[in-house]
Parts: sequence; C-alpha cells; structure tokens
Amino acid sequence: MVTRGFSSGRKPPTETDTRIPPGQYLEQGFPVLSAGPTPRVRTEDWSFTLKHGPRPIKKWNWAEFNQLPLTKMTRDIHCVTAWTKFDTAWQGVLVDDILADAGIEAPTGFLLAHGYDGYTTNVPAKDLTTGKAMVALLYEGKPITADHGGPARLLVPHLYFWKSAKWLNGLQFTERDEPGFWELRGYHIYGDPWREQRYSGDP
Amino acid sequence: MSEASAPLSPWQTARITRIEKRTPRVTSFFFALSRPFAYRAGQHVDVRLTAPDGYQARRSYSIASAPESGAAIELAIEKLDDGEVSPFFHEVAAVGDEIELRGPLGGHFVWSDSDGGPLLLVGGGSGVVPLMAMVRHRTLRKSAVPVALMFSVRVWDEVIFRDELISLDDRRDGFDLVLTLTREAAQRPSDYSRRIDTAMVMQAQARLPQPPALAFVCGANAFVSAAAQALIDAGISADIIRTERYGV
Repeated sequence: MVTRGFSSGRKPPTETDTRIPPGQYLEQGFPVLSAGPTPRVRTEDWSFTLKHGPRPIKKWNWAEFNQLPLTKMTRDIHCVTAWTKFDTAWQGVLVDDILADAGIEAPTGFLLAHGYDGYTTNVPAKDLTTGKAMVALLYEGKPITADHGGPARLLVPHLYFWKSAKWLNGLQFTERDEPGFWELRGYHIYGDPWREQRYSGDP
Repeated sequence: MSEASAPLSPWQTARITRIEKRTPRVTSFFFALSRPFAYRAGQHVDVRLTAPDGYQARRSYSIASAPESGAAIELAIEKLDDGEVSPFFHEVAAVGDEIELRGPLGGHFVWSDSDGGPLLLVGGGSGVVPLMAMVRHRTLRKSAVPVALMFSVRVWDEVIFRDELISLDDRRDGFDLVLTLTREAAQRPSDYSRRIDTAMVMQAQARLPQPPALAFVCGANAFVSAAAQALIDAGISADIIRTERYGV
C-alpha cells in the first residue's frame, strides 16, 4: 500500500541496496540494545563453557581462550529494529575452532548461547559452524566495549543481531531447538533478515 | 502460506483519527485499527511507509495508550531532524490517512497490574511513552500497585503528558511523579534539576512503601546506561531492571 505523501528520498543507491535486507535502513553509527543493565565482566573473572545438555565438555578461562586461533571476519550486520551496518570488523575464535579444541564435532543440531546477564538465544549448529560464526573478542582491532557485549560476544552475522548474544559465557548443545530469551517473547525462532523473519510466525 | 503459520501480528491498515501536539517535538497520533488487537502496556508496533516506487521505511514506536482505553492506539512520536519516518508524521501525516502497522510486539518490556509491584519507572524524553501506557493501565484498572515515575527531560515544556501526569500525581493514590529538568530550574518543590543520579533514585525509592519489585528504564542509550547504573548503585538488583533503548 503506497503511503500518501511519502517519498523514497532515503532509498539507498543501487550499488549498496543489494546489501540491505528488506525493511532495513543503513546506519552509520552502532546503536546499543539490551534487555537489561550492562554487565561489567572483568577478563580475570571471565570464562567460557561448552556444554552438551547439562554436561560441561570443556571450560576455558580468558588466557586459555585467547590461545585459540584468532580469525578476522568483516561482515554486514542487521538488527531487527531495522538498522543495517556495513563492514563491521571483528576478530575472534571461530566456533569450528572451539569445537576442534574441545575435540568434538557437533553432537546435536542445535545450540543455545548463554550470556552473563542470563540472556539466551538459540541457533542451529549448521549456522554456527563451517566458518559462519565466531566468539568475537575484538571490534575494529580493540577489545569489545561492555555496551557492545565485551569481553566476548557471539557473532552470527547472517542472522538478525539478537542472535549474536552479548557478554557470552557459554554455548550449549541441545537435543531440540529450544527458544531463547527473545524467541520466547515474540521474536522469530530462526531470524533470517533476508526472509524478514522478525517475529513469531513470520514465514 | 497455511493458516497455522500465519504471522501472529500481521500487517494491517490503521487510520489516523486524531493528532495532538504534546510538546514542541512530540506529537501523538491516534490510530483506529482495522484489525483491533489486545496488547500489554509497554508493547510497541512497527510502522511501515511505502513510496510510489515501492521503497519502504519501517520503525518501531511504543504504544502510549493503555490496553483498556478503547479501540484506538496512541503513538507519541518524537520528531528526529535526521529521521525518515518521524518527519513524515510531523510534516505530512493528516487525520484520515491510512498507515500500515503491525503489532503488538515485544514481550519483555511489559507490565500488567497482575504482575504486582511496587514499580519504579524511569524515562528519559520520549522514553516515557511505554511507561505512560503502564501508568494509564494502572489508573484504568484502579490498581493499588505503588508506582514511582522518574521522568527526565531538558526543560518544563518538554514534559510529555505533563498535565495528565501532574493530575495523576495530585490524586495521592499510590502514584508518584518525580520530574527532573536537566537544563532548567525545577518547577515543583518535589522535583529536581539535574541528571538522574543515585541519590535521586534513593529518594524516589523512598516514596514507595517497599523497595521496587520491578524497574523499567527507557530512553536514549546514554540515558538508559547512566540511569540503570544509578539504580544499581542505589541498591536495586540488576535482575529486576528491564531496559529499552534507542538511538546510537
């Protein structure tokens, strides 16, 4: 439905609009969103636990985690609140390298990411492996600030950014696809920005 | 698409029935929904504008009206000079226009009187909008839940819903309004003229009969970061603080 009096003055130039998913706009800044206050996690207190169900597979402290191979990833990111930011530059540890260090292959098809703030979000294993996702430790070459999820956040750039859990402290393999925090509160179980899967029931 | 997989909140057409200027920068738009929905105080809708060439812009706006206030929903929209959707509403939209929206959305920054309290609400600027829905819900439900609203704006003329809030405050029925003006002297004896800080939170808290069971903080990101920290420093557990942020 055409809106009376609304024009496409902000329509992105054609060389970039193929990079902007439907319903998104290009943001130059880096907005901050979270469901609660910002946790301040010191790296000396930080740890990361890989679990299968309730069972821990391996736990790393900050120094140990930083010994894992560091990978660079520069990607466009898409927030469900409709902003898209181009070319965000991260460095971190690929989920593939975490699994390799733990000496396992994905034992189930689904994971829940856990944050220090109690936040959870679910992502299928195939969306976290084969180089698609990492636990990011640096943004634009510097430690990730607390506002943006530091010391460590998940980066799953091909899904809406609520899947890229902030203040990450663990990944847990689950037998079923278990909805996380926002997925239990009306947001889409998968969250593909190119299919505009924002809210529960979106096709 | 099968019926079972239909979106829970499909796009619908809503007609603007009334436009009311709230402050120099904030105007309320009332929408009659073609498909009325039940919602909870604090939820938002997504609004979508479509240009003749198919270009679309969408933004989220919190609902200011209470769920029991009738079929029309109120969105109080702040004009952002560098915005794309808010200038359309302020400069172009007129009564009778049809706008596409979907909702209700969001299941975290919500409160019903059955959730209990006491409640501490903290809003900066247009961040007061979802909190206003909670205050109105409390009033219309004749709820006895104690509520303190801390509302920070720059100047007196930017106090959105000012007359309504002050008249609710004057009832002395368990709702307390704490205004703080960051760029002007306080106008009421009980108000402040500085940014929200720990001491102010402790004094606002003291107006409640017991410590808050839930706190909601909404506003621009920098406001929410500072205010949420002030709540934590005042001894409020991070576990009971819910935040909603906007802007860079």
